[in-house]
Amino acid sequence: MSDRPPPPLPAVGPDNAPFYEAAARGELRFQRCTPCRAWRHYPRPTCPACLSRDFTWDLASGRGRVYTWTIVHGPTLPAFQDQLPYNVVDVLLDEGIHFVSQVLDCPPEAIRIDLPVAAVFVPVSDEITLVKFRRAD
Amino acid sequence: MAERGIRGVAAVAGIGQTAYAKHLGRSEYDMALEAIINACSDAGIAPREIDGLVRYGMEQVDEEHLVSALGDPPVRWFAGTPFGGGGSASVLVVAATAIAAGMADTVLVYRARARGRRSGYGAHPHEGGRYWEKVPAALAGLNQWHVPQGLVSAFQEMAMISMRHRLEFGTTDDHYADVAIAFRNHAIRNPHAVMRAPMTRADHHASRLIAEPLRLFDCNIETDGACALIVTSTERARDLRHPPAVIRAGTMAAGSHHIRLSTLFARPWDDDSAARAGRQLFAMADCRPPDIDVAFFYDFFTSMVLIGLEQYGFCGRGEGGPFAADGGLAWPDGRLICNTNGGQLSEAFIHGFNNTIEAVRQIRGTSTAQVAECRLAFVAGGNSDPTGAVILERA
Repeated sequence: MSDRPPPPLPAVGPDNAPFYEAAARGELRFQRCTPCRAWRHYPRPTCPACLSRDFTWDLASGRGRVYTWTIVHGPTLPAFQDQLPYNVVDVLLDEGIHFVSQVLDCPPEAIRIDLPVAAVFVPVSDEITLVKFRRAD
Repeated sequence: MAERGIRGVAAVAGIGQTAYAKHLGRSEYDMALEAIINACSDAGIAPREIDGLVRYGMEQVDEEHLVSALGDPPVRWFAGTPFGGGGSASVLVVAATAIAAGMADTVLVYRARARGRRSGYGAHPHEGGRYWEKVPAALAGLNQWHVPQGLVSAFQEMAMISMRHRLEFGTTDDHYADVAIAFRNHAIRNPHAVMRAPMTRADHHASRLIAEPLRLFDCNIETDGACALIVTSTERARDLRHPPAVIRAGTMAAGSHHIRLSTLFARPWDDDSAARAGRQLFAMADCRPPDIDVAFFYDFFTSMVLIGLEQYGFCGRGEGGPFAADGGLAWPDGRLICNTNGGQLSEAFIHGFNNTIEAVRQIRGTSTAQVAECRLAFVAGGNSDPTGAVILERA
């Protein structure tokens, strides 16, 4: 175990609880509009496409491709200091949603545009499981 | 249909600042007051004439701080702009709107920042320093989708945006260096500037990686200092001490924010806040980008200047890099001379306000990199945020 401090974590509240409850079960769920079927992220009360307030938290495939990325060399927060340099990616999921995350077990030079990735679930506290990614075929 | 809006109604009549430095050892309150009193003196007005205040929402020196230190001026109108640097030109739009509406006659616009290397690295909230190092352990805002993944600050978010621009358009380190070197050469001429050592292309490329593709010399500097401007009616400004910098046009546009990349990347960047503000701006001003004599982009990162050139229509989409190449932004012969103070990359980082002060100097003809016969100056706020822009005109 490392001595580094824990990273700041999401505060779970009414808008985001379904996302984190699903993640803790190993599921990637996002809001999906009931009438027009559009997916959305971040959580919000209305569908930006049709303005409906009716939605469900639907299961996403967890598959997508790297849209853009950075390799962080620092400075960064103490919680991430011993991981430097590390990647952060924007994944364009198959559902059309952009999601900021990391690709685990992937050297910086292997990150590229359109790299196929699949979601994995990393518990970090009793309440919070973070959604990360691994390289996929 | 072009709206006349605030066109020509108001003008910047006074500018004031502190020294800029990596460490001044002063409170933001103290620096704000020095800049404000200097701006009043520059305009030739008494601080007690101030009846309007515009600041950033995040500004720590608030209205009560100011009226209690300025002899209780009769402030009857005050407002703030959200999203930090996105508002650095919007504050002038808000000030001019108040004057146009008759809600205030003499509006103070100001920003004070203690962010130098030794100013506030501690956890103490009043020490200034880096906001992102003071993030709480439990994140209720949208940064909950970035920070736990290791994307902890604006420069890392800009790196993500900048990388995409490179992937789509082939923008290079050399293009970034073209921005950094042009602005450094401007700073070398400017006695206010903090960074005045010459920078070569090799120096730029050898500076350390911060968050790929951004290097140290692609990032704004971190400094202490304050800026203030006095905005009043154009009619009144003509009778004051200096030639007025008339706000020929000013617009704002809401849209994406860098702290919310999932929605930012869902939007085409030629139809986001900056592009929308720009289209309205040039319509209100009844001119076109080639008519601009000098431009001030919110140069928090070299890459974002290139993107700003595209968003505001100074070049085509994806053409920001080639536009900046070969001294494209450099005084005195560039295609579009930009950030003649050295900008936030090399003069100081007063959250955009130092660029606005320099734009006024260009209109007055007193810049240390003066553009010949400068009539129209363009100033933009941060282009990864809900933002705004203004065009200043020599009366």
